[in-house]
Amino acid sequence: MKIDWKNYQPGEFYDELISSPGYARKPARQLVSYLKSMSLEDLKSRQDAADLAIKTMGITFTVYSDGENIDREWPFDIIPRIIAESEWKKTELGLQQRLIALNCFINDVYNDQKIFKDKVIPKEILAKSKNFRKQCVGVTPPLGVWAHICGTDLIRDKDGQFYVLEDNLRVPSGVSYMLENRGITKRVFPELFEDYSIQPVSEYPSQLFDTLAAISPRPLDYPEVVVLTPGIYNSAYFEHSYLAQRMGAELVEGGDLLVDDDDCVYMRTINGLSRVDVIYRRIDDWFMDPEAFNPDSMLGVPGLMRAWLKGNVALANAPGSGVADDKVVYTFVPDMIKYYLGEEAIIPNVPSFLCMDKKQCDHVIANLDKLVVKPANESGGYGMLMGPQASKKERAAFAKLIKADPRNYMAQPLISLSTSPILSDKDVEPRHLDLRPFVLQGRNLSVTPGGLTRVALVKGSYVVNSSQGGGSKDTWIVKDY
Amino acid sequence: MLSRVAERVYWMSRYMERAENTARLINVNTNLLLDLPLGSKVSWLTLLEITGCEITEETRNKVATAQEQATMKLLISDRNCFGSIFNCLRNARENARTSREIIPAECWEIINDLYLYAKDNASKLTARAARRAFLQHIIATSQQLSGLLAGTMSHTEAYEFIRLGRNLERADMSTRIVDAGALNLMQNKQLDELSESDDNPFNNILWMSVLQSLSAYQMYRQHVFQKVNGEQVVNFLLQNTLFPRAVSSCLNTIKESLAHLPHNDEPLHTIAALQRKIDQISVATLLEEQTLHDFIDELQLDIAGLHQCITLTWFLPQLSSEE
Repeated sequence: MKIDWKNYQPGEFYDELISSPGYARKPARQLVSYLKSMSLEDLKSRQDAADLAIKTMGITFTVYSDGENIDREWPFDIIPRIIAESEWKKTELGLQQRLIALNCFINDVYNDQKIFKDKVIPKEILAKSKNFRKQCVGVTPPLGVWAHICGTDLIRDKDGQFYVLEDNLRVPSGVSYMLENRGITKRVFPELFEDYSIQPVSEYPSQLFDTLAAISPRPLDYPEVVVLTPGIYNSAYFEHSYLAQRMGAELVEGGDLLVDDDDCVYMRTINGLSRVDVIYRRIDDWFMDPEAFNPDSMLGVPGLMRAWLKGNVALANAPGSGVADDKVVYTFVPDMIKYYLGEEAIIPNVPSFLCMDKKQCDHVIANLDKLVVKPANESGGYGMLMGPQASKKERAAFAKLIKADPRNYMAQPLISLSTSPILSDKDVEPRHLDLRPFVLQGRNLSVTPGGLTRVALVKGSYVVNSSQGGGSKDTWIVKDY
Repeated sequence: MLSRVAERVYWMSRYMERAENTARLINVNTNLLLDLPLGSKVSWLTLLEITGCEITEETRNKVATAQEQATMKLLISDRNCFGSIFNCLRNARENARTSREIIPAECWEIINDLYLYAKDNASKLTARAARRAFLQHIIATSQQLSGLLAGTMSHTEAYEFIRLGRNLERADMSTRIVDAGALNLMQNKQLDELSESDDNPFNNILWMSVLQSLSAYQMYRQHVFQKVNGEQVVNFLLQNTLFPRAVSSCLNTIKESLAHLPHNDEPLHTIAALQRKIDQISVATLLEEQTLHDFIDELQLDIAGLHQCITLTWFLPQLSSEE
């Protein structure tokens, strides 16, 4: 049985591959005609091959459920998502512009605070910022960069335009899956690579290593770069291990490191103690150093903050970077770009309402049934109100929460996420998706070509998180001229 | 290299080797069973004792009623029996999973794949033929892994720890397999007395299957020109320095690996003492005085001592330079 693309109906949504029933978008034409040439059974057997490869390669993520940590196979849909290179070029510039401005902002926050003095952003947002770290005041890290690695979530609305949904500046994850997805597509669809000129993604680990090596406190040819993981039970452990492996760096746990009396960081090796220069830490600030932050943390390294403040070790991302990873601060990013760089934002934000502003707050409360309300400092979709789907009672309860702490909330209209075909049991069907490109800033700037596409596998759902039934797709940036 | 990672690759390699050797050990007894005249005994309980499986009253009863099946379940698929093949593979995989940044990706894939294979198949092995194929697959994959490591991994410290784990486990298991042979011989003393001549068929069959379980038969024949007999076999498996599964040969390899590692005084000392001990024994005397079993016990304690010494030297977290 063949797929009938005329039956593929994305409806009112922007579809990444199909422009109208039966017609593929230009960069997707070869892919769609290739898929047309295959039977559904054929496609299914390719999907099985992909699933098997994932199982053998041990590409997993860890979920915590029923009091047990379970290693699950990474869910992957074999039909790639395609973006034209001409469009991507502009997006890439927009992502770089954004990270430069965010780093200017973080450095300003911990030093002169000019942006507040010039009243571009109200200073009260700091008072309630959960991720502002007073320990970092007065510090300027090497190259003036705080957030070296940023995962920016992009979505496409009905109009086909990319919008920034959020900037992940603390410990963004997912890049290893982006890399592995490409590897799997090469295994299952090798023929397709003949028809396309696809930007390779495999540069990322060496770019990451260069970014990290550039901030080493010692001028060495081979600085000791390590990846610090909370341990094997962390949901992203696979990624920590993967990146360490691809960079040729040591993967360390808190217990492997110590800060000695000279305020330098050492790791315990079979040769005795060995000095560490750069730590790519995949542990949140709060758990990083029980001496400086949460005293109960078993994961961190006592004295790490002391070593960092003395300039004896570089941390990426720098502690305190999270101050810009806040849904309320997010709304001001276009203003930051104008203030620090004198430019207009290339990629727009999703239109947002700030509850700390009395007028906007009233609008939000009056229109709760049409809006999505988010708390400033949660991630993974926690503590949100999906207005259109919520009951009257839930909305009333949420209105109370907002009134009690307006600084902590912002609201956005419900964006109609774009779709792309996935292979379901009987056919190809449209599913909603987003995109997380990864941006690096060290001595140079780089953006992954494409990024991690996360796709909701349930019909009509907007939830793309892998822990909640989401899957992923390989993402291709292809030459279109 | 991080101490913690060194310990993990060492254990990964030990568990893989243990899975392989347990598979071989099961083969000794199964082969033996097929060759023996009806009425002679193969001691399943001995097999359990040798692998270090904890033997409770319940186990004893189970093995008494359903000898072969119960023993096989314990040794292959039982999740509560620490040394079962399934548990070894699970532990090997867990250690590999947490040191993926060090070992070549294909090696991880092989270990992971083998674990998944065991998980799917280990509990469906009631028929002897299926069991044989399963055990053969375990042995072949473990060998494939060693080959892949030798051929694709730089011979760094990590590689030496892998080699160390493999050979220490192998030396230990080879002593256990020799022990299995000797114990079976004692169990069948009556049979032994039936034919007083040197050509006792049981004796021959037994030592032949011991050799075969270690893939040593052919090498033995090339090396020892006499026909298979107990003294020569034990001698070969303990003291030969050229056959890679013989204890002396394993110890030599261990010594080579130790020489590549830093701060190795103490472990080198320990291994030298162990090598001297093996060189000095006379197998003929041990067999005559029936002290082979005791000697092997002692040897196993010494090997455990060497492991302890390796742990203290490289794996335990070193304290700050001040302390």
